[in-house]
Amino acid sequence: MGELAADKHVKYIISVEKKKDSFESVVMEHLRLNGAYWGLTTLDILGKLDAVDEEDVISWILKCQDESGGFAGNIGHDPHVLYTLSAVQVLALFDKVDILDADKVSNYIVGLQNEDGSFSGDIWGEVDTRFSYIAICCLSILQRLDKINVDKAVEYIVSCKNLDGGFGCTPGGESHSGQIFCCVGALAIAGALHHVDKDLLGWWLCERQVKSGGLNGRPEKLPDVCYSWWVLSSLIMIDRVHWINKDKLVKFILDCQDMENGGISDRPDDAVDVFHTYFGVAGLSLLEYPGLKPIDPAYALPVDVVNRIFFSKK
Amino acid sequence: MESDEGDEQQQEAERLPLSQRPEWSDVTPIPQDDGPNPVVPIAYKPEFSETMSYFRAVYYSNERSSRSFQLTKEAICLNPGNYTVWHFRRQIIETLHADLQDELAFVGRIAKSNSKNYQLWHHRRWVAEKLGTGAVNKELQFTKKMLSLDAKNYHAWSHRQWVLQALGGWEDELDYCQMLLGEDIFNNSAWNQRYFVVTRSPLLGGLIAMRDSEVNFTIEAILGNPENESPWRYLRGLYKDDTESWINDPRMSSVCLKVLSTKSNYVFALSTLLDLICHGFWPSEEFREAINALNTPDSGPLDSDLGRAICRVLECVDPLRCNYWLWRKSKLPLTVSSQ
Repeated sequence: MGELAADKHVKYIISVEKKKDSFESVVMEHLRLNGAYWGLTTLDILGKLDAVDEEDVISWILKCQDESGGFAGNIGHDPHVLYTLSAVQVLALFDKVDILDADKVSNYIVGLQNEDGSFSGDIWGEVDTRFSYIAICCLSILQRLDKINVDKAVEYIVSCKNLDGGFGCTPGGESHSGQIFCCVGALAIAGALHHVDKDLLGWWLCERQVKSGGLNGRPEKLPDVCYSWWVLSSLIMIDRVHWINKDKLVKFILDCQDMENGGISDRPDDAVDVFHTYFGVAGLSLLEYPGLKPIDPAYALPVDVVNRIFFSKK
Repeated sequence: MESDEGDEQQQEAERLPLSQRPEWSDVTPIPQDDGPNPVVPIAYKPEFSETMSYFRAVYYSNERSSRSFQLTKEAICLNPGNYTVWHFRRQIIETLHADLQDELAFVGRIAKSNSKNYQLWHHRRWVAEKLGTGAVNKELQFTKKMLSLDAKNYHAWSHRQWVLQALGGWEDELDYCQMLLGEDIFNNSAWNQRYFVVTRSPLLGGLIAMRDSEVNFTIEAILGNPENESPWRYLRGLYKDDTESWINDPRMSSVCLKVLSTKSNYVFALSTLLDLICHGFWPSEEFREAINALNTPDSGPLDSDLGRAICRVLECVDPLRCNYWLWRKSKLPLTVSSQ
């Protein structure tokens, strides 16, 4: 079996996207906050968070905050829950969540809950269970979960449960590993995992493993490293991770590395990016690959970061 | 929907820098401020930089004019993921009362190369919602076109489900699922949509009324490709909340037996039979014979308890999930026998 080229991945993240003609760099501008979360969490898992200037990061993040309390993907953009969660998560990495006005950020999210318990992504009203996860996860980190109608939020998520035990983006939507992570994560944080049929869903999830050892997102689709996170964390949250073949999955992730230039891609021999680098490393952490900090499957942050939030009172 | 992106591609080829366009001469562009040492530094192309600099100028001054409207189109084409540009475009549409049919056409033209872009799909939904039930046919046509390019596009399916529930148009949906499954019986999205239609269409009789014909269709699909995960799950779903009817329907066990008798692609047949047994189905001697006849390598002599025997076979033929099958074996009811 190959090895994790940790140093190369660190170098890759730090120097990422300096090439002028990279299409990747152009499309990343508006979601740089997500990029920061993927890059910095990976560095922390690899024990190299100190490679970046904490003050620079934090002052930039604060500039992304809008008067509504929500955060935008970059300076001058509109707020959205996607970036609000990333902002709070990155601050958590640096143990600086308390520099935020937690009530202000929470009110932004609370305002986005709809009557049926679902959440909109922003003022334009797109509804998706991804946003249910984001709202619950973010408010939990801010210790303001009680500000939303949790029962209604849970009710909406449960209405998105399908006959195969999985979850979709909206009621009736096809079960998809990414959406399943969001729903299971949200239910886990909200203390409502009893709504999940763990045996049925666990089987659906372990059926995502294909011959190459990788995981796909839906039946008959190709494996992708990012599902190493979505499927794996879901299995861990419902205590069924031993139902997949871990060794083969580790091998698949390692095969997706660019051993020369660093970074991880969606599947072997494809181009790398920060998104898949994060999910590959996070997946390996969940699989207890040596030398990596453990990561919490629900909060998608290192375990010591999560413990710091909940167990050290200030 | 337009067959290509003619308008937008032409504009890109003939692009005159904004600094040279007389109608923009009064505007001072605002460059991107990334801060002194960006965390994830981004390299920009000059054309992109310029367009976004002018966009920032009109966005910050909240200029909702037709030149801004045109500029959002250019910015979207350069970076369709930039959600702020889409937002501003919507605000301009509202202020100028822009033509919504034209807007659908614009989205239609750039959809092919942005088929998995969340912003594009959300924008489309926003426009369609404003148009209301009059947009039904266009939206069904649009999603159909997108699905013909990628029959599993999650965004397209999500949009299509929204259209049906918000605007209607259920009449041909079951036929559409039928057609897609005819093209690819493995398409899990089409199976999911089939369940959606059968259970939610106001024009059909509901799950129980449809059950019989759906069972027959599904069994045919299974027999054609027993290794296909979707129809097995669909079959189980047809008996949701009615386990007794499920185990009492002779077609359930007989399809398992038929597949087992072929001695190939029988993993789902075995797991389904296992589920039936666990819920109280009493297998006849034929099932025992069919399992024995599989002649599974490495399994050793098979257990007299049929449930345990099935689990053992599954551990051998589906080794990736052997822990799952071991767990199933540990959970078997103690009183199950093959007699």
